[in-house]
Amino acid sequence: MPELTDLTVCQAIEALRSGDVSSRALTLACLERITQLEPAIHAFLTHTGDLALSQADAADRRLVAWRAGQEPEIAPLLGLPIAVKDVLALEGVHLTCGSRMLENFVPPYTATSVERLLQAGVVVVGKTNTDEFAMGSSTENSAFGPTHNPWNLAHVPGGSSGGSAAAVACRMVPAALGTDTGGSVRQPASYCGVTGLKPTYGRVSRYGLVAFGSSLDTVGALGRTAEDVALLFGLMAGYDPRDATSLDVPVPAIHLNADPALTGLRIGVPKEYFISGMQPEVEAAVHRAIATMEGLGARVEEISLPHTAEALPVYYLIAPAEASANLARFDGVRYGLRMPAEQLVDVYRRSRGAGFGAEVKRRIMLGTYALSAGYYDAYYGQAQKVRTLIKRDFEAAFERVDAIATPVAPTTAFRIGEHSDDPLAMYLEDVFTLPTNLAGVPGLAFPVGFDDQGLPVGMQLMGPHFREDSLFRIAHAYQQVTDWHLRRPE
Amino acid sequence: MTSRPPTYATRPPRPAWAYNPASIPRVRAGSTDDIISFMTLTLEEVEHIAQLARLELTAAEKERYRQQLSAILEYAARLQALDTTGITAAASGLPPESGSAPHPAQSGERPAPQLRPDVSAKGLSTQAVLSNAPQVELNQFKVPLVLE
Repeated sequence: MPELTDLTVCQAIEALRSGDVSSRALTLACLERITQLEPAIHAFLTHTGDLALSQADAADRRLVAWRAGQEPEIAPLLGLPIAVKDVLALEGVHLTCGSRMLENFVPPYTATSVERLLQAGVVVVGKTNTDEFAMGSSTENSAFGPTHNPWNLAHVPGGSSGGSAAAVACRMVPAALGTDTGGSVRQPASYCGVTGLKPTYGRVSRYGLVAFGSSLDTVGALGRTAEDVALLFGLMAGYDPRDATSLDVPVPAIHLNADPALTGLRIGVPKEYFISGMQPEVEAAVHRAIATMEGLGARVEEISLPHTAEALPVYYLIAPAEASANLARFDGVRYGLRMPAEQLVDVYRRSRGAGFGAEVKRRIMLGTYALSAGYYDAYYGQAQKVRTLIKRDFEAAFERVDAIATPVAPTTAFRIGEHSDDPLAMYLEDVFTLPTNLAGVPGLAFPVGFDDQGLPVGMQLMGPHFREDSLFRIAHAYQQVTDWHLRRPE
Repeated sequence: MTSRPPTYATRPPRPAWAYNPASIPRVRAGSTDDIISFMTLTLEEVEHIAQLARLELTAAEKERYRQQLSAILEYAARLQALDTTGITAAASGLPPESGSAPHPAQSGERPAPQLRPDVSAKGLSTQAVLSNAPQVELNQFKVPLVLE
C-alpha cells in the first residue's frame, strides 16, 4: 500500500471500509504532514486537529459497527479527511475570509456544502488560506500572509483557493473545498497540478459562503483525480431552499468508466483561447492533451467564442459592483472589526478602512463607481448586456460540441510579488476562466504537463449548464492514459 | 502514458488579441487623449466614491486608487465600443429560461430559481446572533449615539 497521505479519495474510502486503515491513522498522517510542511507552504489559516480526531474516532466506531454487520448503511465518505476554504462557514470554527475584518469571527451556523459533506462522513482538518474575501488570483491578498506553491516555493499557488490547491498538491489532504467566482478553483488547481471543479451556477448551494459576487459565486472541490472531485461534487450538489438561486435540478449519479474511449464526444477548441503572448509550453501541453483526447475517439473541431476578449472588462465591472454591495454589511456593528469613533458614520468608515486590505478596497471603490449615479448605464448596465453576448456565445457553441477545451491560464504559476503593484496584470491571469462564471456554465481544470521550470500546466474543460458529467468523463478518460495527475512535488 | 505529437486537424490560428501584461493601459499624466482624460479620475471623484462606500482612505491610498482605477476604467472603456442595441442585460449565470434547444437535464423544461414557501421557521437564537457583536447591551447591538 502507498503512503497514507498519497491515497486518493477513492483509495482512502476503500482502505477505510476494508479496515486496512483507520480514520484516526489517516487523519493523524494528514495532521503530521501538515505540521511538517506548513512552515514552508502556509496553506492553512485555522487548524482543527482536535475536532478532526474526534470526528475520526466517531467515524471509526461506525466503520467497526458496519464491518460487524451492526449498521446496514455506511456514509459515502465516512472517515475521509478534507480541508475547507476559509470563506465557507463551519459552526464554532473561525471564519476569517483571509481578512482582518473577520479575524475573530466565529460563525453560529454551517454552510450547506460543508454540512452535506459532514453528513457524508468527512473529517475536517482545517480551514485553508485564501485571498481576502476570495478576491485575487495568487493568495497574496490574504491578510495573514501568502501561501507558497508546493512545486516551487518562490511562486504563487494561484488563487483565491490557493490554500486548498496547495494542501491537496502536497498531500496534506486528499481533497478540499474551494470557491470559484472568476477562476478561483480552476486557476490554483492548474498552478498546483491538481483537479478542480467550478460547478454550474445554482448547482451547489451558496448558503454559508461569504458572498463576493452573488451572480458569479460557486462552491467547488479540488482533489487529485477527476473521479475524486466527481464524488465530492455529487454529494454537495442539489437544491437548497436556503439559497434563492439554488436550482431544483436532479443531480445524476456520475458513473466513470474504466474504459477511456471517448467515441462520439465532440470537443470544441475556441480559437480565442490560443492567443499570442501566452507561454508556449502552456499552449503546447494543451494541444498535446487535445490530441490525446482525439486519440481516445473524441471528435475535435475548431469553434469560436467571439466575445472572449470582452469577458475581462465585463467581469471587472460586474464582480466589484456586486462585491461593493455585498461587503456593505461589514460596518463594525453586528460582527467584525470595530474601530471606535464618536459618530456612527465614522465607525463605519474607520472600521472598513482598517479592516479591509488593498485589493478589497480597490474593488469596493471600483464597484461603487460603476454603480454610482451617472455611470451606472455606461459601466454596469453595458457590462450586463455584454454578459448576455458572452452567454449566447456559449449557447451557440454547445449546439455543436459537448465540451470546450482550453488552457486554464495563459501562464504557469508566476513568482510571488510579480504582479503585486499591477492589478490589471493580475486580473489578466483570469482571462480564460472568467467567461464560465459570467455564463454560469461548469468548468473543470486538471494537469496536462509541466513547463521547463517544472511548474504544472492545466487544461480547462467547459460544458453546458448541468453537464459536469461530460467534463468528468473526458478528464477521467484522459487520466486513465496519462500520469500527470499522479506527479507529486518534492 | 501518451506523448504523441499534436495530430488533430483543427489547430486554430491565432486571433487578433493578445496576452500581454506590458501592453495594458497605464495612467499617462497630462495626456491630451480625450478618452483617457475622460477616464482619468480626479482626487475629488475618488473622495466622493470613498464617501459613498463609507471607506476611510489615507492620502497615499487615494492617490494610488486614483491611478489604478483610472487604468482599469480605461481598460473597461472598450465595452463602450460594442453595439448592444436591443440586447437585454444578464443579471446572473443562470441558464436562460427560454430557448431553442431543450435542456438535457430537464427534458425540455428550463430550470428556474424557486422562492421558498413563506412559512415561519426556526432561526438562530438571539445569543447566537449577538455572539460576534463588538458591543452588546440588553440583548441589542450597541452603537454610538445617532440622534441627540
